[in-house]
Amino acid sequence: MNPALEQLLASKLENEQIDRFLESNEFPLVDDDGATFVYRGNAQEVHLQHWIHGLPSSQAFQRVEGTDLWHLYLELPESSRIEYKLNVVSNGTAAWIEDPLNPRRAHDPFGSNSVCWAHGYDRAEWTFHDPSSRPGRLEELRVASRFLGSDRTIRIYLPARYRRTRRYPLLIVHDGEDYLRYADLKTVLDNLIHRLEIPSMIVALTQSSDRLLEYAAHIPHARFLTEELVPLLERHLPLLSDPASRCLMGASFGAVASLHAAWERPGFYGRLLLQSGSFAFTDIGHHQRGEAFDPVVRFVNRFRGEPRRASERLFLSCGRYESLIYYNRSLVPLLQEHGMEVRFRESSDGHNWENWRDRLRDGLSWLFPGPLWMVYE
Amino acid sequence: MDLEEKQAAQTTAATDIVLLGPQRTERTVDSVLRSLDLEPGPVCAITAGWQEREGEVDELSQHVHREVIDLRLYSRAEKVFHDSAFDQLRRQHRERQRQLRELQRLYRIRLYYALESLRHLARLHEESRMLQSERQAAMAGVRLLDRQHLRALRRIHSEFPGLRAKGPEVEQVTEIIQRSRAVLIAGGHVAVLLNRMRLFGLEPLLASKPVVAWSAGAMAVSERIVLFHDSPPQGQGDAEILETGLGLVRGILPLPHAGNRLRLADRTRTSRFARRFLPLHCLTLDPGSLLRFRAGRLSDCRACRRLKRSGRLADLELK
Repeated sequence: MNPALEQLLASKLENEQIDRFLESNEFPLVDDDGATFVYRGNAQEVHLQHWIHGLPSSQAFQRVEGTDLWHLYLELPESSRIEYKLNVVSNGTAAWIEDPLNPRRAHDPFGSNSVCWAHGYDRAEWTFHDPSSRPGRLEELRVASRFLGSDRTIRIYLPARYRRTRRYPLLIVHDGEDYLRYADLKTVLDNLIHRLEIPSMIVALTQSSDRLLEYAAHIPHARFLTEELVPLLERHLPLLSDPASRCLMGASFGAVASLHAAWERPGFYGRLLLQSGSFAFTDIGHHQRGEAFDPVVRFVNRFRGEPRRASERLFLSCGRYESLIYYNRSLVPLLQEHGMEVRFRESSDGHNWENWRDRLRDGLSWLFPGPLWMVYE
Repeated sequence: MDLEEKQAAQTTAATDIVLLGPQRTERTVDSVLRSLDLEPGPVCAITAGWQEREGEVDELSQHVHREVIDLRLYSRAEKVFHDSAFDQLRRQHRERQRQLRELQRLYRIRLYYALESLRHLARLHEESRMLQSERQAAMAGVRLLDRQHLRALRRIHSEFPGLRAKGPEVEQVTEIIQRSRAVLIAGGHVAVLLNRMRLFGLEPLLASKPVVAWSAGAMAVSERIVLFHDSPPQGQGDAEILETGLGLVRGILPLPHAGNRLRLADRTRTSRFARRFLPLHCLTLDPGSLLRFRAGRLSDCRACRRLKRSGRLADLELK
């Protein structure tokens, strides 16, 4: 138990004392080995709901007798970052709420969660808006896709000081709008380019209205990327056209779509940035991940059966608290054995956008080293 | 800075050379030009380090209240290389650059292990005379490697003696410098900047004109170019010698953006940096910094700090 809470509980508890304690501390209470979550309110039960693979996803708070104060200690490895909600049961009704004592939030397409930063985690300064970074700009491009049977709006990031006389590498990002909204991708690009950690690049941000279909090793989507989108971008924008200057990026199913498209056209994409890839496979029997995973498992099983050099250089990242960590770890030696240069990074985090944001500097600067070493403006 | 240090920091040029920190947030070129008491007339600028952005000098011109003529060394070099009359020059230039890149690659490999042994010995907690002596020997090994690299760089350059652009582009550059009141050398990509200045044989021309150089420009006119960044996104951030510079200023190693690029509060790193590059004085060039060399000697300095062997920083002051 956290020493501050222990001290509080050792005294005779009055409401005023609890009020003062809540006002004078930040929650959760974080110490070297873990975090103590605290809730105050009338309830029958309070549970911590989290998405840490390996721990029971619901953990019960303990009520301090004779009070409406609840607490729960969770052991957390150094530098962990976890997202959670509180499940508060009162009058027989359960409600999942954000932690009222913790102002820290993370957002995703499904809403928002409370966030706990364990000892040693700190949000990197390159993820924040830096007024000294020259901003890039976003434009829109309409693409009529024969393969997908519909028109798509692609957002294009053009770096600061963009000029048509120069040629740029191309990064294609699956779930691009979500990366912008939840992983601060534009801020990160602006900062890393400004700091010369990556070269100025053009980024195409795609978004699918049916990602579980189109990103699940879907051949029409792979052909859309390679045979429609890239040629169109190369016609309209000053792009370098060698494979080493062409990268696919995505998280979760977006990572599957990236690897699949590269696998369908080996050597065309010289760089891949794959975050928390849903690379589920089976060695025997059927997977338990639901129908959406059927084509993914078929693809990954095929990939494992007939591996080939899909790309030259791959950056993979995955959170240790994700169920997908096993699949990602398994993929690394297979990729390396087949001539691909791989860098794999694990983090003490889960399957979420801020985890993916936090790995962008490492991934992008490894795939596309910037001129930092040579440029002194 | 004591007398010995003042004598160590000197220039080979007959006129003023002023080295400045980065100009983006704190522009000081205008006040420096005013202090030079130049006659009315244009100044010329070398912005080859900006590469494709070369020549975008409108803001600079407004800032200095004078006509600024960009020498356009970057684009002139492209023109020369695309001229079939200079095929041999292009081939030789490409071969020299290939050799320089290869040498740098091999030097980096050796440097990594040399510095790794230095770091390993530094991590040992026990203190003994023997360990102290081995640490000094490890540092001597790094310095020897740096000297060997410099010798190898000079050898490659000496094997390509005639690598100078010729023809109307060179004549135009010479003519512009001659009618300019001063030469401004902007920052940017230091290797490209140095390469283009060498290609156009600017050393003798610059020695006869007041020069104001900042960031990479300051590095290029000094005698040695060291690339540095203590916290790169990848790798150890081991400083490395890139090249010999034009040598208009001697005895110092200018460190632009040192406040951002070096972990100056880390005394171990700072001490290692300062000792490695002795006898050069490692001087920070941050926004607002100024080093003026007049008649061959350091005559003025502002907002510059020297990296001391102890790992501390000392404000640079003229006594």
